[in-house]
Amino acid sequence: MTSLPITLTINGHRHELEVDPRVTLLDLLRERLDLTGTKKGCDRGQCGACTVLVDGNRINSCLALAVSHDGANVLTIEGVARGEELHPVQAAFIAHDGFQCGFCTPGQIMSTLGLIAEGQAGDDPERIREGLSGNICRCAAYGGIVEAVLEAQEQLAKADRRTAA
Amino acid sequence: MRDFDYVRPATIPDAIAAAARPGSAYLAGGTNLLDLMKGGITSPERVVDISRLPELNRVERLDDGSLRIGALVRNADLAHDTAFAKAYPAVAEALLSGASAQLRNAATVGGNLLQRTRCSYFYDTASACNRREPGTGCDAIGGENRLHAVLGWSDACIATHPSDFCVPLVALDAVVEIEGKQGRRHVTLEEFHRLPGETPQRENVLEPGDLIVAVRLPAEAASFAANARYLKVRERTSFAFAVVSAAAALVVDSGKIRAARLALGGVAAKPWRARSAEAVLLGADANEATFASAADAALADASPSGDNAFKIELARRIVVRALTSALAGTPERIPALPASPFSSIPGARHDA
Repeated sequence: MTSLPITLTINGHRHELEVDPRVTLLDLLRERLDLTGTKKGCDRGQCGACTVLVDGNRINSCLALAVSHDGANVLTIEGVARGEELHPVQAAFIAHDGFQCGFCTPGQIMSTLGLIAEGQAGDDPERIREGLSGNICRCAAYGGIVEAVLEAQEQLAKADRRTAA
Repeated sequence: MRDFDYVRPATIPDAIAAAARPGSAYLAGGTNLLDLMKGGITSPERVVDISRLPELNRVERLDDGSLRIGALVRNADLAHDTAFAKAYPAVAEALLSGASAQLRNAATVGGNLLQRTRCSYFYDTASACNRREPGTGCDAIGGENRLHAVLGWSDACIATHPSDFCVPLVALDAVVEIEGKQGRRHVTLEEFHRLPGETPQRENVLEPGDLIVAVRLPAEAASFAANARYLKVRERTSFAFAVVSAAAALVVDSGKIRAARLALGGVAAKPWRARSAEAVLLGADANEATFASAADAALADASPSGDNAFKIELARRIVVRALTSALAGTPERIPALPASPFSSIPGARHDA
């Protein structure tokens, strides 16, 4: 199969690419664009290490063909911090020991950003746990992650109030 | 993953023409198809990407009061649609109990109906599987089969259908709208999936090129909104397929059951409508004795296909509990752990 042309906006940068239709979004990010923050864990949609936001929605990039997402807006872990300033979710993960070896953490953080944007969990720890159950971490940082999500939501709400005021 | 031709048709007729050729597969959310392709379980020569076909991502109320859900509506979008969850709470609960948020954000309504079995022998290309490769036998029979079918199975295949979403849908008389070379037709979800018989590879009534364009819920489906639940037992609290699940929907008036719907998941190769149980429920007093009789009726034809006799008793208990939960009333909001039997009714918690 010949390669097909696609356009993707990744972390605000526009990329025009030729891709083999078999290439997943995950492999494109890692192998072609050197955005290796997004991790390949199970490669079958079960561990969540490859989570990215596509047009604002968190998905498993391992189960997404790049060609099928032609024109999409993709946010990866590399696009989350503002320069040297960590995103409140990243800062909260560090503060609450939710940040472990770095293999599952990028996916956990992207999944948390998606969870907060979905607005379904609120401050209910059980809803946060269910909402992040697509991200598996054998370091068992889960308790710290729930604390981090609660604090990050508070920080983001405060920032929103400041912006509004 | 094997090489394939990728096409992205702009219209439904073009999609049907492209997919009618042998060796074609439709791609929507891709959450199941890509997994199968990576494992070499399926190797389509042509992938027909329907994810951008117009008009298939809408939910609309029709003049006859039925709800038409486009095949490309995402599972998460449907479950989080407040009006939808209010009218069809058991369906929303089933959707939110399935998979993970990432998968629900990608998976589609039409794709969910076509989800393949999660039988581990089907997924293992070194094993014999009549469903994957007709005529090779079934290694699940005599193998690790404690999660396999207890209803409607055959000597050729004992796999189960994995969907949560389809269970309340089949209980509520959902209809599948199919567009094909011969035009548009409607098939009830109950008739859509096939039992394995001698041809487990034929999982549903679709012909080459046939495209699911929508799923319809008839007007009556919303009449159960006050007393409808989905319950799912699984081997971990979230992000797991059902060992057994049940959707129960009741209309109760002065203690009598005026209408009843019941379906089971995880027990057969299709979402299992328990019509014999519904017959027991209809007109009877709404109490635990009635529910126990209904559960007996639902499982009357069940038999183990291996090490899974426990599923028959488990299914009976889940039926009673689903009916008890439905009678207690649909919760205002879907619980934090959707479809968990541990958060829905008094006395049913681990720590109680």
